[in-house]
Amino acid sequence: MTLMETMVATDRPLLKVEGLTKGYGPRIGCAGVTFDLWPGEVLGIVGESGSGKSTLLSCLAGHLRPDLGSIHYDGRDVLAMGETERRCLGRTDWAYVHQNPRDGLRMGVSAGGNVGERLMAIGARHYGEIRGKAVAWMDRVEIAADRVDDRPSAFSGGMQQRLQIARNLVTSPRLVFMDEPTGGLDVSVQARLLDLMRGLVRDLGLSVVIVTHDLAVVRLLAHRLMVMKSGHVVEQGLTDQVLDDPQHSYTQLLVSSVLQV
Amino acid sequence: MTDQAYNFAYLDEQTKRMIRRAILKGIAVPGYQVPFASREMPMPYGWGTGGVQVTAACLVPEDRLKVIDQGADDTTNAVSIRKFFQRTAGVEVTEATAAATLIQTRHRIPETPLTRGQILVYQVPIPEPLRFLEPRETETRKMHELEEYGLMHVKLYEDIARHGQIATSYDYPVKVEGRYVMAPSPIPKFDNPKLSGNPAIQLFGAGREQRIYALPPYTSAVSLDFDDHPFQASKAPHHCDLCGAKNSYLDEVITDDHGGRMFVCSDTDYCAGRRAAGQKGRLWSPEPQEAAP
Ligand SMILES: Nc1ncnc2c1ncn2[C@@H]1O[C@H](COP(=O)(O)OP(=O)(O)O)[C@@H](O)[C@H]1O
Ligand SMILES: [Mg+2]
Repeated sequence: MTLMETMVATDRPLLKVEGLTKGYGPRIGCAGVTFDLWPGEVLGIVGESGSGKSTLLSCLAGHLRPDLGSIHYDGRDVLAMGETERRCLGRTDWAYVHQNPRDGLRMGVSAGGNVGERLMAIGARHYGEIRGKAVAWMDRVEIAADRVDDRPSAFSGGMQQRLQIARNLVTSPRLVFMDEPTGGLDVSVQARLLDLMRGLVRDLGLSVVIVTHDLAVVRLLAHRLMVMKSGHVVEQGLTDQVLDDPQHSYTQLLVSSVLQV
Repeated sequence: MTDQAYNFAYLDEQTKRMIRRAILKGIAVPGYQVPFASREMPMPYGWGTGGVQVTAACLVPEDRLKVIDQGADDTTNAVSIRKFFQRTAGVEVTEATAAATLIQTRHRIPETPLTRGQILVYQVPIPEPLRFLEPRETETRKMHELEEYGLMHVKLYEDIARHGQIATSYDYPVKVEGRYVMAPSPIPKFDNPKLSGNPAIQLFGAGREQRIYALPPYTSAVSLDFDDHPFQASKAPHHCDLCGAKNSYLDEVITDDHGGRMFVCSDTDYCAGRRAAGQKGRLWSPEPQEAAP
């Protein structure tokens, strides 16, 4: 099924966000953010540093409590959930890929243990099966099976990031949040990671909200774009449309790379 | 004889009431770590000040107290704690597990099965079973609250990945009544099955960390494991060289500097009881030692 067909086939968005607002004292984090995310859709959030991208993502993922607004996941009111339920979503249906793999991995635990953790968290109790799944997922993100007992501290930055992705996807989440997943990597390593991510998103039918300041990343991955400035969404639309024919003057600056982002 | 300079069992009544409240809460919520305001005791941390405070709060003049350290009644630590309560509470003391009403222990559960009405008090250095994996106290509390115990299995997974088997042999974590994961203190995992369904009241006191927790009588405590790597209550594959016991936990003792060694029961009361009843081990020669006054 193409994305359009999927979107037509489902009658409600996977994530429905309305008027999401979060301030830090008098300072705006993000304000009045409204959007729908459909199953299988990749939404890119771009904007210069300090524009509120990470604040928005943290609110969506339940790491920060917004001051105003609502979030519905698959019809369920996320902000009305108890913490147990929300954290349970966080390790089953949802995944979060941090910019810095050190924040998303346990550096003192083997690669296999890192990938297996979410399985064990939801009750897997067969060592051989957990290990088998860990190896299969490492293979899928192009890490050799004989590294399964090595700690991530012995891995390169690109490998660490791929391991973090495997660790997140092992429980087959439906919704993945990513904050600058390619930041801090060499250009050639970035390209390989992007290629891998594109394959996974397509094969697994993942819905993704990805934050980046790199327009090349969203051009490759995102179906739709939101452009943020000073906490507000100033423009949103299909990726190619926004990038090729930006309407807001800020987006025009962003696209013409006049802004150092 | 009680030393009149002290209140009964050293602690003042108000402190004992506070500790008893923590104990009762612990009994009401098996395996849950209850914070308490640990007091300075006239002995250093690491000498079981948590256990001593719990014992002090439980003792009544009619009690008969036994104190063991690694299974033995005669180590410095056990002797000094026993003397402390003889002096401050004037209670009777005993080395016989069956005769004791309250047993304070470090690192062992007696071999002789405990019975209804007995209290076993454990000295606990680190009460938090998740500490090794998650150093943040706020986070471990949250994990207990939300029953997020996946990390415990990550630790066991790492054990198997590194050593081919679960190498954790002391302080082996248990799940209590299907709810809280609990550190049984550094007892050998051989003792873990005795935690579960025990007719005695089991109380755990951590002085430095200011925590008390409990297993009421007949509480289930299941050792964590994997389906394909089941928990095993292992011990050295020998019989006791003194009393011949097959199923008691053994200490290895070096007997000379030519590699000579022997295995003896770590529970000295159990071993002596068996010998008194005529049981003999490989190296038991009663006359010379027994004849001495
Ligand atoms: N913890 C915080 N405390 C105070 N202000 C913050 C905090 N985090 C972010 N901000 C502010 O909120 C705004 C948005 O920041 P952020 O969401 O990190 O933007 P981005 O991810 O786009 O760089 C900025 O002005 C930033 O300084
Ligand atoms: Mg950011």
